[in-house]
Amino acid sequence: MTGSENNVLLRVEGLVKHFPITRGIIFQRQIGAVRAVDGISFRIHKGETFGLVGESGCGKSTTGRTILQLYQPTAGHVYFEGIDLVGLDKEKLRHMRRRMQMIFQDPYASLNPRMTVGEIVAEPLVVHGVAHGAEAQKRVDYLLELVGLNPAFSNRYPHEFSGGQRQRIGVARALALQPSFIVCDEPISALDVSIQAQVVNLLEDLQNQFGLTYLFIAHDLSMVRHISDRVAVMYLGVIMELADRDQLYTNPLHPYTYALLSAVPVADPLVEERRQRVILEGDVPSPANPPSGCRFRTRCRYATEICAEKIPEWREMVKDHWVACHHVAEGGIPPWKRM
Amino acid sequence: MLRDAGASPRVLEVSDLVTQFQTTDGVVHAVNGVSFSLDSGETLGIVGESGCGKTVTVLSMLRLIPEPPGKIARGKAVFLGNDLLAMTPDEIRQVRGAQIGMVFQDPMTSFNPVLTIGRQLTEPLEIHLGMTSEQARDRAAELLEMVGIPQARERLNDYPHQFSGGMRQRVMIAMALSCTPQILIADEPTTALDVTIQAQIVELIKRLRDEIGMAVIWITHDLGIIAGLARRVIVMYGGYIIEHAAVKELYANPLHPYTIGLIGSLPRLDRVRDRLTSIDGLPPVLYEEAKACPFAPRCPFVLDKCRQENPPLMEVAPRHEIACWVDVKTGELRS
Repeated sequence: MTGSENNVLLRVEGLVKHFPITRGIIFQRQIGAVRAVDGISFRIHKGETFGLVGESGCGKSTTGRTILQLYQPTAGHVYFEGIDLVGLDKEKLRHMRRRMQMIFQDPYASLNPRMTVGEIVAEPLVVHGVAHGAEAQKRVDYLLELVGLNPAFSNRYPHEFSGGQRQRIGVARALALQPSFIVCDEPISALDVSIQAQVVNLLEDLQNQFGLTYLFIAHDLSMVRHISDRVAVMYLGVIMELADRDQLYTNPLHPYTYALLSAVPVADPLVEERRQRVILEGDVPSPANPPSGCRFRTRCRYATEICAEKIPEWREMVKDHWVACHHVAEGGIPPWKRM
Repeated sequence: MLRDAGASPRVLEVSDLVTQFQTTDGVVHAVNGVSFSLDSGETLGIVGESGCGKTVTVLSMLRLIPEPPGKIARGKAVFLGNDLLAMTPDEIRQVRGAQIGMVFQDPMTSFNPVLTIGRQLTEPLEIHLGMTSEQARDRAAELLEMVGIPQARERLNDYPHQFSGGMRQRVMIAMALSCTPQILIADEPTTALDVTIQAQIVELIKRLRDEIGMAVIWITHDLGIIAGLARRVIVMYGGYIIEHAAVKELYANPLHPYTIGLIGSLPRLDRVRDRLTSIDGLPPVLYEEAKACPFAPRCPFVLDKCRQENPPLMEVAPRHEIACWVDVKTGELRS
């Protein structure tokens, strides 16, 4: 992958997160597991925006939360600036958390309705013992201004704000401890179109100003193309393809990426007229019982016997362009150009 | 009004529709004098952000607004010669679900969870078409097959929770089409679905539209979907229609500052843009009739006149209407 080793901020290796399925009320037995994230590896470089896309239930949000150790990983490692967060003791992890923050999807559910905006944004400062009282208030005023809100609003409650403004409050809270890494989990999908652009522009400005690194999780492929430097495509708990943004969007190699891109409508009637759509049949299988071999094979028109028998290897087919598919040929030739 | 010469017969003509809601904060003016028409077999897109009045417009037309707190203050909605707004409750029930079908946004909450899909599909067939339960069951199985549900006959015995989101939306479409309607109203039918499933549903509705020859009103906030689907597009803001044009004209040559802003705020899948143009501020909630242009507080082109008088919908180019005083090319008042 691009960049030297010391340019890597976050390294994820073989990350697995299974949620147990239990039966029984008093004597609970585990009868299976939802394999939400099932062995993924990637690196995020300093100052870049790493896009993680996929459909609902593919494990992209679980990935974000497991990286931040909000969920305990079932297996695997997460190295943040070389330090493995998995198995780190509580106190050390708490200290590391200052550097890593999260912006949540739902600006209505992620702010405590009984706290004022000032209290919400100051809370991380107080919890981590960074600032108190007047000093904290000064910092809150600065942060609110930074995200485009009037500091005079800090005595108001979340319900007095619109969705876009609440998301700005969430951004201010995430920035309070001056983190270097922020997981943005679908930060704009609950917002109206004209407001989405406001929040995305804000995130980009803040990145330029503070050199932030983002993991941007979203299902909106157009927005991910806009904001990301590199993009990974997830399906049923595994990464199918990973490449530079333009490479992935103009020259996808995995049949799933290809179908996903062709399914997204483009806001231009002239383009839409000429487009050939690949319509995928059926639904995503259950992550509790994923297909053998390649997980996409049940919906893939190029699937053959080998796809059911063997899990496809994660291969770098073109420089910095990784894909997990049996039918991508050497030199990066996708199956639809061969079969 | 914008019409092709020798166009197909008109199936719907809505004129000067006004709908208001009584709330504790005052009377919300949700729809403010909306007029549009629909020809047989055509697809009309209604685009706008939440609260712009797009859903209330069609719900008013179908008399599905809860009264009170809602009230249809004036207007007409003439469907094949009869005004829907002047019908008795019994008469409108004959139209709804029979001649006008509906598909809603949320396939999870639009079904009765304690009745089988078969029961819910056969009900309109028995009521509207007078079929026997045997006939209705056969027809219901046919309908499920038509929308691409495997093992259709067995699945009639299943309950809504046994279907996935995409499948549930297919069942909903089957139900909406069960009586071969003249008009299908699709209110954000794919918003709750993933893109690959959305593509399935859009293709399905396009195919069925062409087979049955029905007209479609597609309501959405997504300018992307409309681009490949509609022939004409209406853009709504603050309960007003602010732009109306043929689909290609609208995307190539948007003339209202709001539409321009909306298109500019969209990232593109097929190319990279440096920066999105955002529209500052928030959409309005109107507690009284607008005395100024409702978009004026957010408009980069705003002039004095915009703050004094609300512009009516005017034809400013052939078959292209906008409600705006400003010529965005010069930044000055339109002469």
